[in-house]
Amino acid sequence: MYLCARMKIAIVKYNAGNIYSVVHALRRLGVEPVLTDDAAELRAADKVLFPGQGEASQAMSYLREHGLDEVIRSLRQPVLGICIGQQLMCRHSEEGDTECLGIFPAEVKRFQPQRHEDKVPHMGWNELRIKNETLEMKHEGEEVSVNPLFRGLADGDFVYFVHSFYVPQCEFTTATTDYILPFSAALHKDNFYATQFHPEKSGATGEKILRNFLEVE
Amino acid sequence: MLAKRIIPCLDVKDGQTVKGTNFVNLRHAGDPVELGHAYSEQGADELVYLDITASHEGRKTFTELVSRVAATVNIPFTVGGGIGELRDVDRLLNAGADKVSVNSAALRRPELIDEITSHFGSQVCVVAIDARLDEGEWRCYLNGGRIPTERSLFDWAHEAQERGAGEILFTSMNHDGVKTGFANDALRRLSDSLSIPIIASGGAGCKEHFRDTFLEGHSDAALAASVFHFGEIKIPELKEYLKGEGITVRI
Repeated sequence: MYLCARMKIAIVKYNAGNIYSVVHALRRLGVEPVLTDDAAELRAADKVLFPGQGEASQAMSYLREHGLDEVIRSLRQPVLGICIGQQLMCRHSEEGDTECLGIFPAEVKRFQPQRHEDKVPHMGWNELRIKNETLEMKHEGEEVSVNPLFRGLADGDFVYFVHSFYVPQCEFTTATTDYILPFSAALHKDNFYATQFHPEKSGATGEKILRNFLEVE
Repeated sequence: MLAKRIIPCLDVKDGQTVKGTNFVNLRHAGDPVELGHAYSEQGADELVYLDITASHEGRKTFTELVSRVAATVNIPFTVGGGIGELRDVDRLLNAGADKVSVNSAALRRPELIDEITSHFGSQVCVVAIDARLDEGEWRCYLNGGRIPTERSLFDWAHEAQERGAGEILFTSMNHDGVKTGFANDALRRLSDSLSIPIIASGGAGCKEHFRDTFLEGHSDAALAASVFHFGEIKIPELKEYLKGEGITVRI
C-alpha cells in the first residue's frame, strides 16, 4: 500500500464518462488519481487508466481534437483501458464506423443476437475464462493466472459488464467471456492492458485486478 | 454464463432506509450506506436506492448519500425517486451513481428517456414501472402507485425500450409487500417480448420465489427489500439455493 500511495496514477480525461467509479475504486485502494487531459501529466504518470462509457466516434473525435490519440499511443508506462477504453484501443469499431487508436489489431463489432434470450447490451455479471497460456498449475491442482492482471484470480470468477460492442478474440486476448459468442474480456500487448468489464464495479475480484494493475512493473 | 442478478432495494427517506408494505406503513431498516456495503459483502449483485422524500432538503441529503455510497460500495448501484429532468440525472451520476431509474416523470413525459439515453447512454437508464392488474388489464400507476393511468404496462414497456431504456424494473402493485411471489406471468410476457433486461420487483417472500421468477418469469434480475433488510432471506444462502436449482448466479 505504501508503494501505491506514492504512485502517480492518471486517468485520461475525455468526453466518455463515467469515471467517478474508477476514482472511488482507486481511493479504496489507497490511491488518489489525477484526472487529466494534459499530455505532459499523462506521460509523467506511473500508471494511466483509460476508462469510460460512451459512443466510439464521439469519443475518438474528442481524443483527436485534443491530441490525446497520439499521447495514448505513445505511452510507455502500464496503461489500462476499461470498457470503451478497450474498444478505443483497437483498430476500428463498427460503432459509428470509427477509426480507433490501433494499439490492438482488432475490429470492434456489435453483438448480433442469435436467440431471443440474447439481450443487448450484455449487462451484468459473467464469467472470466482466463486463457490457458496465462495460467499455471498450482501444486494443489488449482489453476492460478500468471498474467499480472489476473494474479490470484480463479478461472470462472465473475466480473461486471455493460456493453453492446465487443472485441473478437485475437492473439492479444488474455481472457474471454462467453456471451452470444466467446469474445475478448481482456487484452494485453506490451505495456497496454485492457478489460471489457468494469473492474471498478466488480466487487472483490475487480479490486484484485485493479490492485494487480497498480503493482505491474 | 450471464448470471441472474439479486438486487436489494433500499427505500430512503430523510437519510434512513425504510420499507413499506403495499407502498404504505414505513418501518426503519438502518443506515443506507452501511446496509448497502453489507449487502455488497454478502454477494448482492447490484443495489437500488430510491429516494422517497419529496422535499428539496431531502433531495440534497439524498445526493450526499449517493456520494457516500459511491465511495463505499464496489458493485453497481442505481438511484431513483423524483427524477424529473436531465439536471437531476446529471447531479446523481456526478455524485457517483451508475444508473438512474425514472418512473412517473417518464410516464408523464416519455421524451425524458430519449434525453437521458442520448446524453448518457442506454445503460444508465432504468425505466421503473409500477403497475396493477385490474379486471384483467395491467395498468401503469403514477406517483409511487397513488395515481392510476390508462397506460398499459406492456405498451409502456415497449415504448420505453424504443426510446432507448437500458432495463425495465417492473413492480407489481398486486404483489408488492404481500410475499406470495413475483408477478411471473406478466414478467414472462415482458421478458419474452422485449430485448432489454427485465428486473422483477414486488412479492419476494422466500427463496423459491426467486427461483420461480428466473425460471417461470424469465426475469434477468430480481429485486427485493424487506426480506433482505429484516434478515428473512440471507443473500449467500439464497445464492447457494439458486445454484442448486441450476440457475447461474455469482458466488
